[in-house]
Amino acid sequence: MDLLTPELGLFVWTLLAFLIVFFILRKFAWKPILNSLHERETGIADSIAAAERVKKEMSQMQADNEKLMMEARAQSAQMLKEAKEMKDSIINKAKEETKVVADKMIADAQQQIQQQKMAALTEVKNEIGKLAVEVAEKVIRKQLATAESQNDYAQMLAEEIKMN
Amino acid sequence: MRSGRLFSLLALTFALSSAPVFTYAQHEENHEAAPVAVAEAAHEGHHEEKKEGFNASEVIFGHIGDSHYWHFFDVNEHPVSLSLPVIIYHPEKGLEVFSASKFHHGHESYNGYMIDPNSKMKEKIISEDGAKIIDFSITKNVLSMIISVVLLLTIMLNVAKKYKKNGAMVAPSGFQNALEPVITFVRDEVAKPNLGNKYMRFMPLLLTVFFFIWINNLLGLLPGGANFTGNISVTACLAIISFLVMVFSGNKHFWSHLFNPPGVPFGVKLLLVPIEVISLFIKPIALMIRLFANILAGHIVILSVISMIFIFAGLSKVAGWGFAPVSMAFTIFMFFLELLVAAIQAFIFTNLTAVFVGQAVEEGHGHDEHHADGHAEAAHH
Repeated sequence: MDLLTPELGLFVWTLLAFLIVFFILRKFAWKPILNSLHERETGIADSIAAAERVKKEMSQMQADNEKLMMEARAQSAQMLKEAKEMKDSIINKAKEETKVVADKMIADAQQQIQQQKMAALTEVKNEIGKLAVEVAEKVIRKQLATAESQNDYAQMLAEEIKMN
Repeated sequence: MRSGRLFSLLALTFALSSAPVFTYAQHEENHEAAPVAVAEAAHEGHHEEKKEGFNASEVIFGHIGDSHYWHFFDVNEHPVSLSLPVIIYHPEKGLEVFSASKFHHGHESYNGYMIDPNSKMKEKIISEDGAKIIDFSITKNVLSMIISVVLLLTIMLNVAKKYKKNGAMVAPSGFQNALEPVITFVRDEVAKPNLGNKYMRFMPLLLTVFFFIWINNLLGLLPGGANFTGNISVTACLAIISFLVMVFSGNKHFWSHLFNPPGVPFGVKLLLVPIEVISLFIKPIALMIRLFANILAGHIVILSVISMIFIFAGLSKVAGWGFAPVSMAFTIFMFFLELLVAAIQAFIFTNLTAVFVGQAVEEGHGHDEHHADGHAEAAHH
């Protein structure tokens, strides 16, 4: 049982040594070591976090770029489309306008032609009428040159009236 | 992950020490063999007059007990040993310091002091006038501890210097590499899980306890080494330190749960509180006995296995030589085991200290509930 009874001497020496070791190591070893470890770990963690963040930002930026490109592409396509539409519409409009103008010109021309034709016809008719009257005058003058023939004609006119 | 870390630590221990161990084991053989073989040879001569063979228990208890000499080996029955200083406090005569060589290996008394001839297992100094003296001698254990303390301080301060010099962001090198995983192991596997966010407060204590026990365990394994951590005074001292830390860092929550467990009927409280109080004191006692018994048992087993050679040799020389390889193989196996135990026991002591302190500093889980109880009680009063 001797083994199980503690001795005061050894106990005191152990306590003393342990406390000395504890206080020296706490101040000069554990503090710097633990601080360095902590510092290194937080440093590494920070670096990893920063790298992760940069990576995320990069991918975000890439996505943004892609989006911008897409938008730009869509926009240019849209613009092209609009330009094409506008061109088409301008051409159509121009065509229509030209057609309207041409039609009008044709119509005007036709009308003018008609008018001139009518004018010419009237003139021709008048000439013809004049000629006919002149001819008739000449014929009648010749036929009614005698009194007898004048009587005959008057008679015939009177008969015509009577008959009516 | 926990077991993985533990395993790698053990593997490291093995890897670091497997090469030297072999030579230690060999030395152990030589050292242990030399004195006893010489003694044997001497005994052969005396064989006719004295029928005294090899006394295994004397050798074993001589080794595991403390001593005022550091005994290396015997030459022709004359022990080659270092006599250590004896420091004795006598209640009347005061402090006295002299060399243990004055006792002439217990054969003579000096200044009224002598080595107790009746104490078989322990080398005890008594006063001839029967006064109760206190022995503060630098014994073999104390000297071994001083060596280990010097070693520990040298190693740790050098490593710390490297950290200071290189700054935090330089990769560790040299011995720093060997220590860093151990330190982070203590921090991540022992301190953090048990102490929560208060772990930094107790890290210096846990690291000191761990390395103090570990280095002393390892030094104790050296041939001729002292059985320091296998001495109950030492483990009692360490256990009391961790007990005091536990008691003084205990918070209100801890003490109130100890003496007034909430939500327990009064009758059960009468039963529970004494049990809790007893368990409070059993914790350090368990710490003390666990380390003491493990290291002591390891030393006893190794010495017993080696002693078997000489017990067989006492029967016949052939049996002794024949048994030597078996014994050596077993001793080497035990040595590896003891290297493991040295690290494991240091880890267990540290871990349990962390667990006990962790219980003492733990904040209540149902804190609000507890407060509500307190208010209700206050209202009753």
